[in-house]
Amino acid sequence: MGDVYSAPRCSYPRLLRLTLFPFLYLSHFSPKSTIYLSLSISAMSSSLLQSRAPPALSFSSSISAANTHWRFTSSPAVTFTRRTKNFTVHAKIREIFMPALSSTMTEGKIVSWIKSEGDVLSKGESVVVVESDKADMDVETFYDGILAAIVVPEGESAPVGAPIGLLAETEAEIEEAKAKAASAGSSVPPTPAASAPSPPPPPAPVAAAPTPAAAPVAADGPRKIVSTPFAKKLAKQHKVDINKVVGTGPFGRITPADVEAAAGIKPEKVTAVPATAAPPAAAAAPAKSAPTFTEIPGATIVPFTTMQAAVSKNMIESLSVPTFRVGYPIITDALDALYEKVKPKGVTMTALLAKAAAMALVQHPVVNASCKDGKSFTYNSSINIAVAVAINGGLITPVLQDADKLDLYLLSQKWKELVEKARSKQLQPHEYNSGTFTLSNLGMFGVDRFDAILPPGQGAIMAVGASKPTAVADKNGYFSVKSQMLVNVTADHRIVYGADLAAFLKTFAKILQEPDTLTL
Amino acid sequence: MHSLISTSPISTPYEPYTSLTALPPSPAPFSLRFCGLKREALQLSQPKYRVLGVSSKRIGNYVTAASSGSNGSPPKSFDYDLVIIGAGVGGHGAALHAVEKGLKTAIIEGDVIGGTCVNRGCVPSKALLAVSGRMRELQDDHHMKALGIQVSGAGYNRQAVADHASNLASKIRNNLVNSLTALGVDILTGFGSILGPQKVKYGKDNVITAKDIIIATGSVPFVPKGIEVDGKTVVTSDHALKLEFVPDWIAIVGSGYIGLEFSDVYTALGSEVTFIEALDQLMPGFDPEIGKLAQRVLINPRKIDYHTGVFATKITPAKNGKPVIIELTDAKTKERKETLEVDAALIATGRAPFTKGLGLENINVETQRGFVPVDERMRVIDANGNLVPHLYCIGDANGKLMLAHAASAQGISVVEQVSGKDHVLNHLSVPAACFTHPEISMVGLTEPQAKEKAKKEKFKISVAKTSFKANTKALAENEGEGLAKLIYRPDTGEILGVHILGLHAADLIHEASNAMALGTRIQDLKLAVHAHPTLSEVLDELFKSAKVNVEERKRVAV
Repeated sequence: MGDVYSAPRCSYPRLLRLTLFPFLYLSHFSPKSTIYLSLSISAMSSSLLQSRAPPALSFSSSISAANTHWRFTSSPAVTFTRRTKNFTVHAKIREIFMPALSSTMTEGKIVSWIKSEGDVLSKGESVVVVESDKADMDVETFYDGILAAIVVPEGESAPVGAPIGLLAETEAEIEEAKAKAASAGSSVPPTPAASAPSPPPPPAPVAAAPTPAAAPVAADGPRKIVSTPFAKKLAKQHKVDINKVVGTGPFGRITPADVEAAAGIKPEKVTAVPATAAPPAAAAAPAKSAPTFTEIPGATIVPFTTMQAAVSKNMIESLSVPTFRVGYPIITDALDALYEKVKPKGVTMTALLAKAAAMALVQHPVVNASCKDGKSFTYNSSINIAVAVAINGGLITPVLQDADKLDLYLLSQKWKELVEKARSKQLQPHEYNSGTFTLSNLGMFGVDRFDAILPPGQGAIMAVGASKPTAVADKNGYFSVKSQMLVNVTADHRIVYGADLAAFLKTFAKILQEPDTLTL
Repeated sequence: MHSLISTSPISTPYEPYTSLTALPPSPAPFSLRFCGLKREALQLSQPKYRVLGVSSKRIGNYVTAASSGSNGSPPKSFDYDLVIIGAGVGGHGAALHAVEKGLKTAIIEGDVIGGTCVNRGCVPSKALLAVSGRMRELQDDHHMKALGIQVSGAGYNRQAVADHASNLASKIRNNLVNSLTALGVDILTGFGSILGPQKVKYGKDNVITAKDIIIATGSVPFVPKGIEVDGKTVVTSDHALKLEFVPDWIAIVGSGYIGLEFSDVYTALGSEVTFIEALDQLMPGFDPEIGKLAQRVLINPRKIDYHTGVFATKITPAKNGKPVIIELTDAKTKERKETLEVDAALIATGRAPFTKGLGLENINVETQRGFVPVDERMRVIDANGNLVPHLYCIGDANGKLMLAHAASAQGISVVEQVSGKDHVLNHLSVPAACFTHPEISMVGLTEPQAKEKAKKEKFKISVAKTSFKANTKALAENEGEGLAKLIYRPDTGEILGVHILGLHAADLIHEASNAMALGTRIQDLKLAVHAHPTLSEVLDELFKSAKVNVEERKRVAV
């Protein structure tokens, strides 16, 4: 609710009358102009401090008692130079701006024009009723004149500082004012952010904010935009074109975080810790350990996208799991031969490896289990192989669900769909967060072995290196050159022990070395 | 038929309380269940009034005797003086008052004692709203800082919140049962139906006779057609009160009391809310000025957006990895407008009477869109427009004013009548409240209604307003947001309506509603003293600021 609590000066209906000229903007660019604010509100606010508020504050029909005047004068010449682009300087025609009626007001809606075009106004008369985010207020003029033109009609909104009407000093100028109004009307009134030279550096242009997420927009015709209520509000507040924001939420939805990322804002605080976990300790620890790095001049700081933030969070969480690693060499000549055979049918190496892992997991359910609370094994009812995929600016793990039950061809087809969805950011949550075992393959880059970090919530992750011709000695001591690849599994030692992992790897190797079962 | 029309709920003057969010065929139901439990706390038996409970064996004997008579003619002696079908708040209020009047009373309940209000309505929702109020306060850094308080990381445990609601409901339910049994009211278990004049069946084949019968079967959530309720992702208030999950984004269909209260709960617990309202304005039942302020205070600053002037013509629950899909149709042009994809949908389009299987055909009574037609004394009217002797209908089932405390008041009014004292309840003095943060309450007419009445009856009305910002107690609480509004006749000082939005508005309204019920005039109220500093001074100021042109005043002890 913001300032309402602390500011007795505004926001109950019609108690205040403001002038037509928004002092906030005038003050920005005219150091010469003097501003006088004469407040008759002081009597009223002090009465609140007395033990009994006098009945004067209750307003039934008499508003005059609480009539507050905000006065300021400014040299008209200064006032109008800033509009030279749209309006020629003319001291006799004054613009009526949308006033800022509260500190949080960004735009106002014209409830009604009390005066109509052609009406003669005298100083202090109410001209228009403006609805802000808090209240309706009468706005009055501090100049005599004629309401020459209404630029923003009743029921429409204008940003704070935008002209809403024109005031002519004499009748002769009405026509001129009307012409200006017409031209102003055709060219949309500029928003204050764009036109008024504001003292601090202008808010970073939103479109320019580095949002790698904006790159892969699905190219399938007009995109349906689904954005949450708060995302819409934030977009309006930060003047972000929500049509240009790419949603990363569930079902491709645009979330408040997406809008904030697009606006280049880092979420300052985590709103409401939903879990019951003791937040103070958790919050205090990283704050204490966060080291201060020396700044290297000229560095560019690019905030994480939502996805990158999620990766970062997961990686930190993974530190709380005691992991260990077991490696295993696998001869892939038979597998390679099979791959050549099934490749024309659309089968990928990923599908082959996923299928083999799933088949091995069937025999070693503990490797497919997870440890959720540190006290128990959670044996998963299905075998869902998550496969790490690098996508533009991020990393995601599409999941091949029930990989043990689908045949190789279906699995390959499924994988193709998932990758496409991942590229276009269309993955549904269950399609990337339901994995029970993860496969990460860097073999295509020539990496011979590497070490993967176990994602939270899973029992094991397999890192697959490239298959390379290697000199191998058999048990009789005869050397031969075989294709061999190294796999390395990282597992949660709370539930998976060394022997479990070794047995699993043995099964896995056997399946790959005698791969006929894969195509069954 | 003419007389029927006059009692039809749609033409009653209480329509403004309805949640006008339902689709056209909806029975313009009233939205929230307000709980007007009286004497709900366990009471000791009162020997003076106590009628010894009839043992079940004796009932059995009576049954044979009674059913041997012909169905058409009323029996000569009765098992009970009064039998009430339905042990909700209406039936409970009637039963307690009947005991006080010395009537031998039984109450029939086919489900759980307490009805909608206690089990699926006002009671559990107040538990959730108590949580939402505190969460809101603790999350409002600015507010806390202004008071000098530092709070970090307010959080909640969903299951514990849900347990609080269900524990409260069972506690109140037990109190209700205890108060009935302690007073000697027989609780008969089974669905009740009317067999004939002064004859009621309950359960499988138990038949009892009663001198007078009250139907108090209440209502159920109304679900417009096209909406598939699965109880998980597409829910009614019945399910939502269990708080089985807190969705990230929920659409609430209907912006009446139920919808508004749930929006308060969900946004406080971290959800984002989208309202879907068939009329052009949100909160159509409220006085327009209050509605506008409510929108500023309860909607705009929160994570809520809305679609007005649209029907949710089709809602499909989440399944097969798809979200809840809501098809919106323009209310006027009937054109498909938009499709929403949300995590959950709450159907709060009002409530429909629960009157099926009541055996009304046995006494030639036809319901009107489900409602039992009654006259101003709650006497049931049959298909020919004649009164059915000894049969009354109270509460949501008659649709006059679908509020728990209204049902109870109607029940008491009926008991007054059957115990020989004529009584007509003044529905215009029944207050209503919406327990958002801050609360909204009202009694009597809205400003447009008062204007219409004034035009018809040719008198003048005036409006007085006070702000909570001028109230010391409200400012001390740092809760100055709010408005109280009085609509009155300056020529007589009669109160026509009072509307309040602000801290504890629901508790403040009773000064006005009591004044209206008792016919107290503003010129007399002006002299009444209010403790300082209290929120009640908001109303004090309100009455004092009214300009009444009446010379003589009643003497009031000051």
